[in-house]
Amino acid sequence: MKRIAVIAAAAVGLGAGLTACGGQSPNRGEADLVIWADAIRTGALEAPLKAWAEKNGLTAVVQTVATDLQSNFVTANEAKNGPDVVIGAQDWTGKLVQNSAIVPIQISAEGVSQAAIDAVSYGGQTYGAPYAIETLGLFVNNALTDNAAPATIEDMVAAGQAGSAENVLCLQVGESGDAYHMQPLFTSGGGYIFGTNADGSFNTADVGVGSAGGIEAAKKIGELGAEGVLKNSINGDNSLQLFNDGKCAYLVSGPWALAGIREAGLDFTLSPIPGFAGLDPAEPPLGVQAFFVASNAKSPAFAQQFVNDLLADTTITRAMNNSDARVPTQDALAEQLKASDPILMQFLDLAQSAKAMPNIPAMEAVWSPLGQAEAAVVGGADPASTFEAAGKEIASSVQ
Amino acid sequence: MLLTSQPSTDPSPNASVPRERNTTLPGLITKIIFLGVVLAIGVYAVPLLIHYQMWMWLGIMVAAVVLIFVIYLTKRFIPGKYLFPGTAFLSVFLIVPVVLTVGYSFTNFGDGSRSSKEAMIAAVQTESFKRTPDSPVYTLAVGVEGGDVADGPYTLFLIAGDDPSQKVLAGRDGEDLAAWTGQAPTITDGRVTAVPGYKLLTARQINDAWANLQAMAVNVPGGSESGIKVQTPTQAYEGKSSIRYDKANDQLVSDSGQVYPNQVVGTANCFVAPDGKCFQGKSWLQNVGTKNYSRLLTDSSIRAQFLAAFAWTLIFSLASVGLTFLLGFFLALTLNDERVRGQKAWRAFLLLPYAIPGMISLLIWSQFFNKDFGLINQLFGIDVNWFGDQTLAKIAVILVQIWMGFPYMFVVCTGALQSIPGDVKEAARIDGSTGLSTTFRIIMPLLLISVAPLLVASFAFNFNNFNAIQLLTQGGPALSGQFTRGGTDILISMIYKQAFGGSGTDFGFASAMSVLLFILTGVLAAVQFRITKRLENLT
Repeated sequence: MKRIAVIAAAAVGLGAGLTACGGQSPNRGEADLVIWADAIRTGALEAPLKAWAEKNGLTAVVQTVATDLQSNFVTANEAKNGPDVVIGAQDWTGKLVQNSAIVPIQISAEGVSQAAIDAVSYGGQTYGAPYAIETLGLFVNNALTDNAAPATIEDMVAAGQAGSAENVLCLQVGESGDAYHMQPLFTSGGGYIFGTNADGSFNTADVGVGSAGGIEAAKKIGELGAEGVLKNSINGDNSLQLFNDGKCAYLVSGPWALAGIREAGLDFTLSPIPGFAGLDPAEPPLGVQAFFVASNAKSPAFAQQFVNDLLADTTITRAMNNSDARVPTQDALAEQLKASDPILMQFLDLAQSAKAMPNIPAMEAVWSPLGQAEAAVVGGADPASTFEAAGKEIASSVQ
Repeated sequence: MLLTSQPSTDPSPNASVPRERNTTLPGLITKIIFLGVVLAIGVYAVPLLIHYQMWMWLGIMVAAVVLIFVIYLTKRFIPGKYLFPGTAFLSVFLIVPVVLTVGYSFTNFGDGSRSSKEAMIAAVQTESFKRTPDSPVYTLAVGVEGGDVADGPYTLFLIAGDDPSQKVLAGRDGEDLAAWTGQAPTITDGRVTAVPGYKLLTARQINDAWANLQAMAVNVPGGSESGIKVQTPTQAYEGKSSIRYDKANDQLVSDSGQVYPNQVVGTANCFVAPDGKCFQGKSWLQNVGTKNYSRLLTDSSIRAQFLAAFAWTLIFSLASVGLTFLLGFFLALTLNDERVRGQKAWRAFLLLPYAIPGMISLLIWSQFFNKDFGLINQLFGIDVNWFGDQTLAKIAVILVQIWMGFPYMFVVCTGALQSIPGDVKEAARIDGSTGLSTTFRIIMPLLLISVAPLLVASFAFNFNNFNAIQLLTQGGPALSGQFTRGGTDILISMIYKQAFGGSGTDFGFASAMSVLLFILTGVLAAVQFRITKRLENLT
């Protein structure tokens, strides 16, 4: 019996995982409009959403889905148990469309960042109402280095090594890689993910990971690994902490790092991420936060109305920003925030040189092989063969 | 709940003994309450299950309720009264997931193929309805003339946002959009707010009638074939669908004449774009026969990764069980000697790793092993790249397994040792056996009889010990040329990556892998029990 129980436990665990992976769907209750978000955005959205609903004579709630919001949303929506609106990132767009989980929306693009709207557009349609953007920047610990705005990576390494810092750079590579945080270095070295067609869409037949440019970037990354500037031991769990503890001269991170750095009381500067000397400028990834309307929404009309009203003025976005400071997509709101939080708004300038990661479903086949290849090269693997293998893997799985 | 509310009044199973009056009042009341609750749950759940069209669960629910009534109301199924609750839960929570997993393993269930073909085609048409460039946004009011607000027929009253004369246009299903010629409507802030003879829908009514309104075909005259689409309760826009479904030829056709025929890509059918891929990556849920299994067995890269993961899984489980047992046994033996002082304190101390929740232990250990900042390298002043090298990472995994598992073996062995009567050892001593040979020839065989089944269970548990890998190394380090399996991935964590991680969700294929894993685990367990039985027969 014990044996059966043990095998059973394993089988049930897996079976339940496979069949009921939407186990975290909150009950929608009686509300007219239901929005799903992660914990941070729930808090920020609650008050402005309530105000909006009252103005329209409706009831609306925002519910927290703490983990795997994207897959929980797709599963719940398919089962017609989902929300009307979900807050997600731009790189979800292709996958949500592939799963027929969202519908196009018609928002006025006036005064809203075109790059942000493009990032949530797919197949010629706009699917998301983008309200915030994020990108990566170079945080500099002024106590540990003299060069607060290095022009090249080589300058940065020299300045970092000249200082007293234990580590030159905190960039979360980890053992399995982090293609998002490595993207500035990868692009500066000449790497790209997918080529583009004449009409601007992505050509998934042209995988840039194993291309000449990709391998050139890999070699540069390998050099940084050999110099000890990039380390597999710095990962998502300890990168911010190391910088906050004064153990790194430089940190590559996004706006989410600001709160911790300020709390640690560091004297810091935010600068653009430099590129390799003589090569392309670094192109940090642009992230966009957006509201998507569910295809199986119970209140499709209210959902459409909400995303329309969201960007029509700054009432809701401004209120959200008060409790969860983000870089806005609306020019009007950015203007208002420039005075109150200049460092956060610096990300707006950094975002000018940023490029949204492709939002096509094929990207899912990219993250892990590219990250793994970068981590391996940092750890000393041969750049050319490693990136060629990763490129082949990506090409074969996007077919 | 079922177990505790078992009626305590079952008649004596021995039929030859004359039956006593066996229904006490409390027993009867318990039974009535219990059956009442069962009936209430059934009555509550059945309409819901019908509403959500969950036919399988409906069948299970009805069958369970009927069976409970038959078993507990009659006197014929006495063993059933005790066996039913356990069996029922076992079937629901074990057999149903297994059946579902096996079922999914014959489908292409995954990203882009979660819904039916019809739903997918409908979604494509919604998604391809594009707004006509530079067309105006209209303010919208929806009215019904006499008809009812839930069903229509509806009339859309539109005013183009860029029209300073605020000319009212009206559109009905199947008709062209035309200037409104009826009685003059009231216009407030550029939007029609009242029309004589018409009842205008509130936002809430528009929301309720959404599907009907979206299905309306109000044509925009001028030969552009575009129509009006309701966008929000107060706005509408002009556009047209750029993809249509050609039912006769079972294909999608775009405006520009591009044809997407229904063909097989990979393992399943979809509408194929000119680049040879599925249109927008979309397919639909379909039966693919044994293609998932044949892919598993014939794709050399996947097969190689599966076999490598299987080999490591075996080593991982054997090493985990063997080493934790040896350490636990050794400590138990040592502390079982009366000459050791402070036995209780030692035992309590050794149980500490067991007292820390495994999840926390694993996360902490994953930090300890960090090459540059981890406690282990710093403490010993070494520079070992624990998680960067496949072999070292495996050693680290096993070390953590030993740390987490030995207290269990220690407890089990201590219990078993204490149950071995002292006179056995006494007799061995009198017969001239030394301490060591007593331990190996007398104590160990006796101990193994009671501990062996636990070792087998422990092996089976570790065989699928997902947390031990995922929380410690996440399967890493990455191996060159292998992208599903990492250096320390056991089968179950590799399957998890296949189903939920990396390159999109592929439940069908991952289900096929789990079925294979299920069979493997079953076979291994059977072999082990045969060996255990032989061990028991020997002694």
